Order: sequence, then structure tokens, then C-alpha cells
Amino acid sequence: MKIAITSTGKTLDSQVDPRFGRAAYFVIVDTETMDFGVIENESAAAAGGAGISSGKVVIDSGAQAVLTGNCGPNAERTLTAGGIKLYTAVTGTVAEAVELFKNGKLTEASGPNVEPHFGMDT
Amino acid sequence: MPDNLVIAVASGKGGTGKTTIATNLAHYTARLGQKVQYLDCDVEEPNGHIFLKPKIDFSGAVTIDVPQVDLEKCTGCGKCGEICQYSAIICIKENVLTFEQLCHSCSGCWRICPADAIKPKPLNIGDIEFGKASGVDFVGGKLRIGYVRTPSLIKEVKKHIKEDHLAIIDVPPGTSCPVVEAVRGADFVLLITEPTPFGLNDLKLTVGLVREMNLPFAIIINRYGIGNNEVEKYCAAENIDIVLKLPDDRRIAEAYSSGRIIVDVLSEYLKQFSELYEYIKRIKVGINDKRRLRVRRKNKSGFRSSSSCTQDP
Ligand code: SF4
Ligand code: SF4
Repeated sequence: MKIAITSTGKTLDSQVDPRFGRAAYFVIVDTETMDFGVIENESAAAAGGAGISSGKVVIDSGAQAVLTGNCGPNAERTLTAGGIKLYTAVTGTVAEAVELFKNGKLTEASGPNVEPHFGMDT
Repeated sequence: MPDNLVIAVASGKGGTGKTTIATNLAHYTARLGQKVQYLDCDVEEPNGHIFLKPKIDFSGAVTIDVPQVDLEKCTGCGKCGEICQYSAIICIKENVLTFEQLCHSCSGCWRICPADAIKPKPLNIGDIEFGKASGVDFVGGKLRIGYVRTPSLIKEVKKHIKEDHLAIIDVPPGTSCPVVEAVRGADFVLLITEPTPFGLNDLKLTVGLVREMNLPFAIIINRYGIGNNEVEKYCAAENIDIVLKLPDDRRIAEAYSSGRIIVDVLSEYLKQFSELYEYIKRIKVGINDKRRLRVRRKNKSGFRSSSSCTQDP
């Protein structure tokens, strides 16, 4: 199964980006083979609605789950509409996050865990 | 002084006494028989009513258009989401989600939808109140919590500027879009600052904004006596008028916190506001200055219902 992890860099050793909508990259990992691809997040600097457009990108990538630090309500609504499972409060490297996921150590988020606009610098 | 002068009272940050100055000026000039209007455009945190205590005659809801999707008709083509610059509508697997709070009413989605599945529907973003407060004509906007359409509401408030009144606009703090919307079309801007390094820093940003907008302005220093004289040095170097220095007086702070008008409780400040009024009366207006977008309308009744402002019964 393919999962998307928000990442600060382009490798499996990069740290998980705590922000969903404004994550620098999405690393899309195939949990069976550990093959991965990287999507640069064009919404990271968007004026608004970053969580929604990021959600759309992740849905289009074919991922079935998202691992991230924090996720706001707009992104959560988008991901849920796309049938994507959401795991928040994930930290460490991308590879570590995938490992935790595979071992069933992560619990699914029951809703957004931050307000909209979290992670904006202004 | 022309009958219809529009004065915007602004400041680079909140809590500098902007509303104190705006409400006192309105109240004071009304006492002298001036036809004056106070318009609260600080719609995210309006507090002019606390000091002026207007008797509200009526209020109206302000609405904007947002998309309503008929999923029966929708073919899931995704065009609506592609055209929206604000991610306020998005098509996910044959399902269309709308995020009304993010919508800017550009009409793009309902124009582009090939299946005619989207129609505009009104969304209430805030309210406007109209009233009277001891001679002051009061207009106040209040944005509903969670909405980002601050400039739209400000524009709506400003449509009620009366032609034959001195209009005093209470501008939101800062230098962002709502501020631009609130000061746009003003004949003169009064910038309120405190004589501190932070105050000066914010002041410079605001001066930059009003200069960019080509608006004449002058400065009022509030809590004069605290901090240092850097604001005065700056104004001298930049050739900017300082029209009023309101001292750091504990009694002013007390009047403020109890929602009182300073000139009513501390008569020694009448002189200061009288000087401010005299200064305003000398302001010349470039009446034919077409570069400035005039917002006022020919409307003596004070209320004009428009397509986007519906009056509550
Ligand atoms: S009206 Fe414009 S801003 Fe609003 S949802 Fe449609 S396309 Fe987006
Ligand atoms: S443009 Fe119209 S038909 Fe296409 S997805 Fe949007 S609502 Fe559906």
C-alpha cells in the first residue's frame, strides 16, 4: 500500500514535517517494497487553502494514508472525502514513521488536531 | 472645510489609542454642531460603540455569494477546483467539497461548470449597525467570527459615508488588505503612534503604506512622555506634521477602561481636540483628484440596500 509522509527533505532519512498543508515535501512510500517518490508541495507558500490543495495532491498520488505532525480541519475534510486515513502527531524520520506504521504503532486521528492556518509564519 | 471630508484614523498596531482619538474627535466635533459620522471599519474587533454608546436604529446583514453545488447534476469533471485560486471548492472523486469561509466570490466556479451544477448562494459574513450617539451618526461593521472577507465588509460599511458629513473612519490596525480598503478614498489620514521604538517601527510601515497610496497624512502621538523622542525626530526629518500629543495620563487610561469619552470627563483635554479640529478644518481636498477612488454616494437617508447588503426587518 502507498502512504504519504510529510517531509522536510527528499529522502527517507529526512525529518517528518510537522505541518500538513505547508509541508515542504510529500514522500510517497510503497510499504511493501520501500520504493518511494517525492512530490514538492507547491501549496507550501500558498496564501490560503494550503491544506485543501495539499490534500488533493496526496489523493491524486494514490496514497491511502497520510502520516504527519499536525492537520487542520480543511485538510482533514479533504482527505476524508478522498477516503484517506490520517495519522497525526508523527515525529522522527520518514523511514521511522513508515516502520511505526507497518508495525501498527500509529493510531488513526479522529479529527483535525490544529486550527486552520497552523504553520503560517504571519 | 468641505462638508464631506473623510478622515481615516489608523495605526500600525492595535492598542495605540486609535479608537480613543476617533471617538473623541467625533464626539467633540458633534458637540460643536459639526455634522459628523463615525464609521467603525475595525470590523474584526469593533469597539467604538463602547465609547460612543450609540442607540442602534437598525442593522443589516452583509452577504457574499458562495457556490452551492447540485451533486445530481455534477459530472465530477473537476473544472471548478482547477479555476478556484483559493481552494474554496474542490472535486474529490466525483464529490465536490466547498469551503465557504475561503471563498472570494470571484464567480469563477459557477461560470465554468459545464454541467450547470453550481449556483451562487448568499453567505452572511457580518453585520452593519446604524445609530446615533449624542449627535454622532454611527455606522459600525462587525465581521462574523471565522470569516476572512474583512475587506468586503469594510467596503460595505464605507458605502454609507454621507455626503454632507465629516466622516471619521476607525481603521483596523496594521498594514494589510483591510487597512488598504479602509483608508482608500480618504481625504486625510491621521496616524496614531506611541513614542517607543516599537511604535516608531510600526509607524514607518504605515507611513510607507499611506505614501504608496498617495494620501495626505499627519501624526498623533499618544501616551506622550513614555519612551523616547525618536518619533519626533523621525517626523521632523521626514517633514511630517504632528498634530496632537496626548500625554501619558493615568486618568485617560481609566476613562478608556471604563468606556468613557475623555473630553467628557477630563475637560482640560478639550483644548487638544479643539486644536485637532482646527487642523482638520484647514485640510484642503483635491476634489478633482480622480486618482482617488471616491466611495461616497448620493444618499441622504443613511441606508442604502444593495444586492450584497440586506436589511433585517
Ligand atoms: S466563487 Fe471563486 S473563490 Fe469562490 S469557490 Fe468559486 S471559484 Fe473559488
Ligand atoms: S465544474 Fe461542475 S460538473 Fe465539474 S466537478 Fe465542478 S461542479 Fe461538478
